[in-house]
Amino acid sequence: MTAGRSGRTVAGMTETVITVKGLAKRYGSFEAVRGIDLEVHRGEIFAFLGPNGAGKTTTVEILEGFRRPTAGEVSVLGTDPAQAGADWRNRVGAVLQESQPEVGLTVRECLRLYAGYYDAPRSIDETIALVGLEEKADTLGDLLSGGQRRRLDVALALIGDPELIFLDEPTTGFDPSARRAAWSVIDGLRSLGKTVFLTTHYMDEADQLADRIAVIAGGEIVAEGTPLTLGGRDRLAATITFTAPGGIGASDLPEPLRSLADPNSNGTVSIRTESPLMHVRDLADWASASGFDLPDLDVRRPTLEDVYLALTELGKES
Amino acid sequence: MFLLIRWLLRRRRDRKAAAPEAPPTSNGTLGLVLHQTRYDLIGFLRNRQARFFTLVLPLLFLVIFVGVFGNHTVRSTGVKASTYYVPGISALGLIASSFVNLVISITAQREAGILKRRRATPVPAWVLIAGRSLTAIAVSLVVMSVLLAVGRFAYGVHLPTSTIPGIAVSAIVGSVTFCVLGYALSSAIRSEDAAQPMVQAIMLPLYFISGVFIPNVNLPSWMRHVAELFPVQHLADALHHAYDPATHGIGLVWTDLAVLAAWMVGGLVVALRRFSWTPLARGA
Repeated sequence: MTAGRSGRTVAGMTETVITVKGLAKRYGSFEAVRGIDLEVHRGEIFAFLGPNGAGKTTTVEILEGFRRPTAGEVSVLGTDPAQAGADWRNRVGAVLQESQPEVGLTVRECLRLYAGYYDAPRSIDETIALVGLEEKADTLGDLLSGGQRRRLDVALALIGDPELIFLDEPTTGFDPSARRAAWSVIDGLRSLGKTVFLTTHYMDEADQLADRIAVIAGGEIVAEGTPLTLGGRDRLAATITFTAPGGIGASDLPEPLRSLADPNSNGTVSIRTESPLMHVRDLADWASASGFDLPDLDVRRPTLEDVYLALTELGKES
Repeated sequence: MFLLIRWLLRRRRDRKAAAPEAPPTSNGTLGLVLHQTRYDLIGFLRNRQARFFTLVLPLLFLVIFVGVFGNHTVRSTGVKASTYYVPGISALGLIASSFVNLVISITAQREAGILKRRRATPVPAWVLIAGRSLTAIAVSLVVMSVLLAVGRFAYGVHLPTSTIPGIAVSAIVGSVTFCVLGYALSSAIRSEDAAQPMVQAIMLPLYFISGVFIPNVNLPSWMRHVAELFPVQHLADALHHAYDPATHGIGLVWTDLAVLAAWMVGGLVVALRRFSWTPLARGA
């Protein structure tokens, strides 16, 4: 999947679906969004990450046309969302952060109702199948589980066959298996050629799904990139961790390992390095010369979460 | 009436966002209103609480009040108790479906994010409002027909054939007025839990002083003056008049309709200024 994604990204998608310049939103004296720039291209899954209260939902609601910006330019599918009419709404789908099923209607009836709102809706049965609710098609929406309700929400956002779909924290409160199921639905949107604007505070979600990521913290974009390069993730130090046999500690290591090593409270030793291969070799030479193995040896790249936490901490300080 | 609402909403939308909306063909939009009405009706009929308060409770009230007063001619009204209570309880049934049920369901749908999600689709706002109001009117007419049928067969109530136009016009004007007032009131209620007690607190006292539960000739005059200010009294009076066997002509009371229309306009002004599609309890 990753190969397919980066292939797509490299393939030069130049058509911009969303352009945001200098967007700001103030509520009284509180600046929720402080002049951000964004670009989203056709056919990509764009993840918009940030902690709660960072300005994610404010931004997405401006892009959906529910709120008006205090300052800045916003263009979604070539139109200012605040001025957009029915033609524009025919091309856009939105899964809101919180919305319950239509009261007293089954899954199929909900979709029939919404299909009637659009000029050229998708097939109802196909849409139900796409989100994996075939078994629940004739169940009342109120009786669905949290994960199933969210999938119904995604189906309702897709029924008009939109080009662009907003997903605002689509998996908040899901158990791991429901989250996996939702991911496969979202990944399926990519193969339909849809553009997806995804907000989330789950790193693994962005890592799994996104072609590109922007991180917002304190109302400002603090980093932008692909899941592999965000915040210089590809160049950040790796961590080598191991446990030396009884009695041998960090201070017994040869240089240059000794000055890089950090003993951990659980008895393991960590070495943070920008040259992991060289230092693993030094470590291996030393261990074999001393006549023991390092059975729990681990070399770990920083996760997207490590990068994200570092970035959002920075955001708080600024 | 809907054309008026539609026109006002159009105007407002145009003023708020100067975007011309592609005018859908009249056949298409009427179809869309009926589409919306159909699913609103299904949702209503599947809601046990709504069914009880709108369809069953008015019938219970009719049986109880006729039982309490006995089905003979009541001196203060000059008609049989059942002839008095069929129109009175019809007013209550109409208000239950147009106002009480609408306030509760609209508040619940708004707080559950349902109205907001609908607004994220191309459906015009007035279609949603018209569809929901048509549902309320249809339910009102059904409740009134059931009350009249029960009154006819159980209590021998006079069938008001010549005044059917008066009954229909009063019922529709009343129903639209209470729908508009329902939209206006829902904008002031922040949660679904507050909706039920709020509407009952407003309506119960009005039922008592407006001739719905007790013939209002029995009331002190100051109480009648208070009731005159509110639409419940005028809806009940219009229906009492139209159902009265002594009424000649088509049974319209223009002053009552004028007061109802005034409340409708007032409700419309409040609803247009205050009505929200997004949840009030959360968010900025």
